[in-house]
Amino acid sequence: MNVSSLTEPDLKRRLAQHGIAIRTGAFVTHLQTAIPRVAEGIHLLYADFPLIEQGGFADFHVRLARPRNFRRWFKPQVLFLFDGDSTFKPLPLDQAFPMLEWGLNWCVSSHAHSYLMIHAAVIEKDGFAAMLPAPPGSGKSTLCAALVNRGWRLLSDELALVRLRDRKIMPLPRPISLKNASIDLLKRYEPRAILSREVADTMKGTVAHMKPPADSVARAMEAVPLAWVIFPKYQNGAATRLDMLPQSRALMRVADNAFNYSTLGADGFEALAGLLENAQCHDFSYSQLDEAVSAFAALKPATVLT
Amino acid sequence: MTAAPLLLQILRRPETSKSLDLADWDLLLRQARRANLLATLHALLEERGHIEQVPSRPREHLGWAHAIAERHAQAVDWEIAQIRKALAKANVPLILLKGAAYVAARLPPARGRLFSDVDILVPKGSLDVVEAALTLHGWATTHHDEYDQRYYRTWMHELPPMQHVKRMTVIDVHHAILPETAALRPDPEKLRTAAQSLASHADVKVLAPIDMVLHSAAHLFHEGELDNGLRDLVDIHCLLAHFGGLPSFWPDLVRRAKELELTRPLFYALRYTERMLHAAIPPDAMEAAGSGRPHRQILALMDQLYTRAFLPNHPSCRDRLAGMSRRMLYLRANWLRMPPLLLARHLFHKAFISPDLA
Repeated sequence: MNVSSLTEPDLKRRLAQHGIAIRTGAFVTHLQTAIPRVAEGIHLLYADFPLIEQGGFADFHVRLARPRNFRRWFKPQVLFLFDGDSTFKPLPLDQAFPMLEWGLNWCVSSHAHSYLMIHAAVIEKDGFAAMLPAPPGSGKSTLCAALVNRGWRLLSDELALVRLRDRKIMPLPRPISLKNASIDLLKRYEPRAILSREVADTMKGTVAHMKPPADSVARAMEAVPLAWVIFPKYQNGAATRLDMLPQSRALMRVADNAFNYSTLGADGFEALAGLLENAQCHDFSYSQLDEAVSAFAALKPATVLT
Repeated sequence: MTAAPLLLQILRRPETSKSLDLADWDLLLRQARRANLLATLHALLEERGHIEQVPSRPREHLGWAHAIAERHAQAVDWEIAQIRKALAKANVPLILLKGAAYVAARLPPARGRLFSDVDILVPKGSLDVVEAALTLHGWATTHHDEYDQRYYRTWMHELPPMQHVKRMTVIDVHHAILPETAALRPDPEKLRTAAQSLASHADVKVLAPIDMVLHSAAHLFHEGELDNGLRDLVDIHCLLAHFGGLPSFWPDLVRRAKELELTRPLFYALRYTERMLHAAIPPDAMEAAGSGRPHRQILALMDQLYTRAFLPNHPSCRDRLAGMSRRMLYLRANWLRMPPLLLARHLFHKAFISPDLA
């Protein structure tokens, strides 16, 4: 049973009462909230996600709630509660849905140490994954959103989960976060894409989330090997360029973007070295999404070439 | 209150974990996470050979906690090496306390135990030398507020916590195990004399087994914030189980408690490890420790407060009185640390003058 099998009022009521348990990739999150905007966001963007029957096991227990302070009368706020603990400072109520998304990323990245976790977008084609690690502002999410609208499968927009035991990438498809100018850019690029309401004045500027493709959500349990590491760089007016990068340099840069590289110690290093051993690494600069998508379409995995 | 929370049931009888269903595991992990005992639970189940029977999802969570705990133990070893290096020239005997001592001496409570500070004990006369040596090696004092500095330096049994500027690790330098202002004043000289060198490093000591138990008890039953209360009680339980087999451990324990003025905390420690964790305390020892028993009515109140405060601070374990019990124990702890007038002054300052109060 998917979220879409519930009507919006039904979903709202369930969320406000006992909450719902949603599966996102390897994790089940139990979510409870009486905030209508969160329910609306779930209804719109999580429609294809499986609901898990109550009474079982959830990895994370999350609640979004309005703090009971007197500010609620003139500047209402929202809290992200992890099993009752407020992990972050409250945000303006308007930002409740983005806060859920950020909080869910935190749930995974601060707990799931059976994976090497890298701050990166990951997409897949023909059984091979491409990882796009990049600091915020490099255009990683925009590029990722464009590619999944052109046949690539979304593994994750924020978190590359490298399974330690076999170094395959475990998907964690969830809504893709778009910021500022890239929101309109993507709307023009793919008018059929489903985007949430824009929320202004967040710590990342104006944000909106894009609904992940149904097929990516349905295949969320299929792990794949990594074939490419590509560091995207969006530059106004830049020509589309793909430059080879030595694996040793790529390794340091990927390690810089890993959440739990030092927590995992030697296991982390081995996973990372093993992961990059069979991957082609590139720097990639672009300014036109169409050209960027064509460049990605031309990628061939090394194992196919030899 | 009816049945004991799941976490207590499993800490008492780890083998009963076999009969838990997935919903039980969900609750157990939440309680253990809140009590800071998730990695301890992993260690316990692994040691007793039950880990393989844990269903895969909860087992993965235990594994996550284990990964952090392993890294933590390595980091503590490294930190201790840095402290040894910093104090090498100061020629001060270094005694590790609590978590750091359990890790360094490879004692059972160390398994899966996560803690934020390294605690050390040095002679009071050496505080200046130690502070200077640590400062020279990158630790800087925290609590820059003038009031806090005086609070620590005049009234407490430790320097204000020192934080390493690069590693952000924190060291607490103690010269006694209870505050200068407390009614109970165990003589730190006696503890230092009995301390034992580590097999691995002759220049690092930990308290003698009995003193370790007594210190742990004194600390826990003078502590105001019991968020880690159950974990600290589990420490004492582990130490008792580990050292309990030593010849004359139990008679010596009570004798030493009298010598160090710690019969009351020892009484509480034995009472609540038995009540909460079903520790096996020899009846003779329990009876002898009765010399630390408080007045009947006080004990009845303490039972009400501590049996609540030692539960995981999780919604599933809270009853109507849980919050109040914790607040009363907070007040009690401050009461024990200072004479009434000083306490009134301190609480007034914390409430109205100190800028950084949360």
